Amino acid sequence: MKSVTVVGASLAGMRAAESLRREGFDGTITVVGDETDAPYDRPPLSKQVLAGEWEPQRIALYDDAALADLRLTWRLGTRAAGFEADSRAVTLADGERLAADGVVIATGARTRTLRGSEDLAGVYTLRTLADSLAIRSEFEATPGRVVVVGAGFIGAEVAATARGRGLDVTMVEMAETPLERVLGALLGRVCAEVHVDHGVDLRLGVGVAAIGGGHRVEQVVLTDGTRLDADVVIVGVGVIPNTDWLEGSGLQIDNGVVCDETCLAAPGVVAAGDVARWPNRLFGQSMRVEHWDNAIEQGMAAARRLLAGDAVEPFTPVPWFWSDQYDRKIQLAGRSGPDDEVQIVTGSPAERRFAAIYGRAGRIVAVLGFNRPRHVMQYRRLIAAGASWDEALEFARSQA
Amino acid sequence: MSYRIVVDFDLCESNAICMQVAPEVFEVRDDDFLYILDETPGDDLRGKVDEAVQRCPKQAISLAEG
Ligand SMILES: Cc1cc2nc3c(=O)[nH]c(=O)nc-3n(C[C@H](O)[C@H](O)[C@H](O)COP(=O)(O)OP(=O)(O)OC[C@H]3O[C@@H](n4cnc5c(N)ncnc54)[C@H](O)[C@@H]3O)c2cc1C
Ligand code: SF4
Repeated sequence: MKSVTVVGASLAGMRAAESLRREGFDGTITVVGDETDAPYDRPPLSKQVLAGEWEPQRIALYDDAALADLRLTWRLGTRAAGFEADSRAVTLADGERLAADGVVIATGARTRTLRGSEDLAGVYTLRTLADSLAIRSEFEATPGRVVVVGAGFIGAEVAATARGRGLDVTMVEMAETPLERVLGALLGRVCAEVHVDHGVDLRLGVGVAAIGGGHRVEQVVLTDGTRLDADVVIVGVGVIPNTDWLEGSGLQIDNGVVCDETCLAAPGVVAAGDVARWPNRLFGQSMRVEHWDNAIEQGMAAARRLLAGDAVEPFTPVPWFWSDQYDRKIQLAGRSGPDDEVQIVTGSPAERRFAAIYGRAGRIVAVLGFNRPRHVMQYRRLIAAGASWDEALEFARSQA
Repeated sequence: MSYRIVVDFDLCESNAICMQVAPEVFEVRDDDFLYILDETPGDDLRGKVDEAVQRCPKQAISLAEG
């Protein structure tokens, strides 16, 4: 292998490029990315950057020296517009055609928007540094009636950060219980209560009918007829994997780029991060993971896969994710679902400091922690080892 | 080149990702604090230590010379 093209110059793509070098790959690495900023880290965009605590230079993924060490050929500010899997040729928006021996697909995901609100000033989604800085200057400029649409993790963090800045926050969520599909009703409710504890006006079980205003947003109209006055609206209703440029490429696309167990999408083509779907043998299910740590681990695995030829282990991580809200550090490892058995193994939801494990079909499949990082890692190890539900309960008793 | 591990404990949140990657070097104990077991682990552990630096979500780990 003499040349590799990495498409997507963010966490997964850059960690893949770095791993290629670390594994001794000496050929050309061309990195294509449609953002103009040097690669940066996204989690602080809803936390420290939005809070005004960190300036953008603090979230660079690499300093200049480290970037130079990687010896990359850049195509930044350039969108990949097309791909041909057979020849591994990427076509750029400006017409340039890059053929290579290996390709890493790491184009991540983009935010969903609410139809009809895209052109209204004061309505935002949050994915990029520019988004975060724009919302931050709104937070600084307006006296502050903030409406957050969607109580998922991103919405929840924006609400927490806005409250931290002393702004009035209303959060609107279509489900009766936020995150119920992920965490189940009991613990989804705890996540909701944390916002109420901190003075968020939480509207559950109601959707957005319309976002109204002239040039700027003025009101959010809910499906129950309520009208909320709003100076700024942040929409956090999920993401869509960036696979448009792969249409007609010969790759299989199904809510992500479909890979085999080793992150291989086609000969010489791997995918990693938010855009990649693969069968995770540990859980016996196909997954696409939108977590920071997975983008790194899968970026590394995909790089090794490209270099290794055929002899490579399947990629079988226990997905892990954190979210900082107010003074709570929420962590989730594994794959929980609404119908799982749930057992609190330490602390209590009432004190907002606990760990809970999830069981399904006789196995421990997930652990959720509120300010309990060490417990999350202990149970994550059990999940990785394929422990049974009874073994997990036994372990919990031995720790009590 | 020898190196030394430096952790910024104001940033560290004890999530034990580093311990999972390099248990020879990092340990989060029952008190929920991170302990560095070996500040100068040497070249044979360098790969694992580099991965721990990369995967620390708080960018709390850095390497100093010597
Ligand atoms: C505000 C925010 C907060 C978050 N907080 C957390 C957290 O607390 N914990 C956690 O675990 N995870 C968090 N995440 C998720 C985490 O940041 C993502 O999982 C991670 O960024 C995924 O990395 P990626 O490289 O796969 O994709 P991305 O980061 O989406 O990068 C993809 C890159 O590819 C570029 N691209 C897309 N299409 C093209 C194209 N056709 N041509 C060229 N370039 C293209 C994009 O512009 C982008 O730069 C957060 C995300 C956001 C947005
Ligand atoms: S990975 Fe980082 S934040 Fe986590 S325990 Fe280690 S140093 Fe601390």
